[in-house]
Amino acid sequence: MDYFDILISILGSAIRLSIPLLFTALAGLFSERAGIFDIGLEGKMLASAFAAACVAHLTADPWLGLLAGILVSIAVSLIHGFASITNRGNQIVSGVALNFVAAGLTVVLGQAWFGQGGRTPQVPTEGRFSSIILPGADAVRGVPFIGPLYANVISGNNILTYIAFLMVPLSWWVLYRTRFGLRLRAVGENPGAVDTAGISVTWLRYRALIVTGFLAGFAGTYLSIAQSAAFISNMSAGKGYIALAALIFAKWKPVPVMFACLLFGFLDAFANFMQGKSVPLIGEVPVQIFQALPYILTCILLAGFIGIARPPKAGGVPYTKER
Amino acid sequence: MGVPFEWPAGGTKQEKQGCTMKKTLLSLLAMAAMSTTALSADVKPALVYGTGGKFDKSFNEAAYTGAEKFKKETGIEFRDFEPTSDTQGEQAIRNFASRGYNPVVAVSFAWTSAMEKVAAEFPDTKFAIVDASVDLKNVRSVLYKEEEGSYLVGVMAGMASKTGKVGFIGGMDIPLIRKFGCGYVQGVKAAKPDAQVFQNMTGTTGAAWNDPVRGGELTKNQIDQGADVVYAAAGATGLGVLQTAADNKKLSIGVDSNQNFLHPGSVLTSMVKRVDLAVYNAFMDVKNDKFTAGVQSLGIKEDGVAAAVDDNNKSLITPEIQAAVDKAKADIMSGSVKVHDYMTDNSCPK
Repeated sequence: MDYFDILISILGSAIRLSIPLLFTALAGLFSERAGIFDIGLEGKMLASAFAAACVAHLTADPWLGLLAGILVSIAVSLIHGFASITNRGNQIVSGVALNFVAAGLTVVLGQAWFGQGGRTPQVPTEGRFSSIILPGADAVRGVPFIGPLYANVISGNNILTYIAFLMVPLSWWVLYRTRFGLRLRAVGENPGAVDTAGISVTWLRYRALIVTGFLAGFAGTYLSIAQSAAFISNMSAGKGYIALAALIFAKWKPVPVMFACLLFGFLDAFANFMQGKSVPLIGEVPVQIFQALPYILTCILLAGFIGIARPPKAGGVPYTKER
Repeated sequence: MGVPFEWPAGGTKQEKQGCTMKKTLLSLLAMAAMSTTALSADVKPALVYGTGGKFDKSFNEAAYTGAEKFKKETGIEFRDFEPTSDTQGEQAIRNFASRGYNPVVAVSFAWTSAMEKVAAEFPDTKFAIVDASVDLKNVRSVLYKEEEGSYLVGVMAGMASKTGKVGFIGGMDIPLIRKFGCGYVQGVKAAKPDAQVFQNMTGTTGAAWNDPVRGGELTKNQIDQGADVVYAAAGATGLGVLQTAADNKKLSIGVDSNQNFLHPGSVLTSMVKRVDLAVYNAFMDVKNDKFTAGVQSLGIKEDGVAAAVDDNNKSLITPEIQAAVDKAKADIMSGSVKVHDYMTDNSCPK
């Protein structure tokens, strides 16, 4: 296996691993730009993964699974909104609490319904998002360099992967080219000004959270019925936090978010590949180094070495209307 | 003391009402039945699983199967507990012991130190631990020669592989799992001396037993490098390995329980580790008052490990593979092939 094949294999793996991060980070982007810190992304992902796996198992229809994942994720998002917007609770506390609720409730319900230790039964093949071979993938496979790249990295992913990448320009367009986006960014920086203009801060933030729930629903669904074929307790395994790190690393901007997620996915794929292999001169490198890199990079960024990460000004502050 | 309550209650009730012959006879019968159960009724079995969850379709489920078999045959209920974190094991074992459960069986190496502590506190209770050895007078330690079973499936993998490259995915990176990998490599090389074996571990924490997404990704990685048979020794993570192999039309090998049915036609075989026997025997031996402490080491000879063949994988096993496996089995039993145990010196012969 030459170096190019290895690279292609790692790139393919990186794409697969970065999709849940990308959906989740974009989800976080909407809520954080609206001034709601969302540490509960992990919980949304878990809850939607569970819902998607249940429905896909029962109906053998991945789209119904996706719908269930999205609805449940939006519901969790609205609870977060009710606690932190309507009741002006601490956003971090509410998010952490929802993470615990999601981690516990999915297992309890799964055990009660299916009796398999919190796991859902295997989703049948027709109930999953299977990989799509793009036209011409086999024809160009022989073409040097571009052929394998197209056939093995760009083609052969499932539909959610392509949706994820479509969401990036779409998010950019919504945030920077629509009235909703302008107001959403404003409400994250200076909710007082938005309120003065006669726009409801509460309703705007709720709408942002609905978008967050919508996107996080895709992430969970991807985990349980596209990447694997069942829900397994705590299967998000900290991806919500890595996505949050990616969001900060990308300075709360959609296109950099994509690159941050791809970078983190690449590091993960690279770590998988490097396991047990030795590097010339250095010897075998512990894979934990690569697995820790996303966090280390984020810390370096926050410490101010790679430009300045400036969070939305009103982030984390519940808005109280003056009277 | 563990006598089913229905018997004496039924008996006395009928004695109070007892005026007709029929009823006296009935109560006598009941008394007789009671006294026979009383002889062997000193058993109140409890089972503590590993952290992978009871229905992992693998290691823990095998233990559960053994306990269920005991229940079916004897009608004696057992209690079980699924610890979700490494700290809960000791609590669970102590709880069962202090509530008078006997025997208390714990499966998983993770409860070694917990077992050492609790078993010393309850010298009259019988304990059994699987996958670890605890040197106490009231503890039975059941160890398996996983290297022998893995050798067998390694031979099969080596024979079935067309590319000459096969893979191994371990769960948590511990000597026990390396033992699986080491036996497997030896088996593969015995069948195909120039074969290449890729080895990956899922992680270094308990979460590595329950991460099918990473398991699947590692499998894809190995398949991209040319592997066409992948052996998973990783608890529930293995479900992701088997799934990915099936998705990519490659072969996989299951572990601990017979996992051939998960993806018929894609799972080449399963390295069955008879954890069910260990649990069943511990329960049964206490019931029959034949419990012995000490280390039991179960290999191919003792039927403790095996390569599963059933209707789901019959089509994959060619006569040549079957012959090679039978030969390997005979060689190990006769002692002419000695499979190296990784845990004896923490290294694997290259």
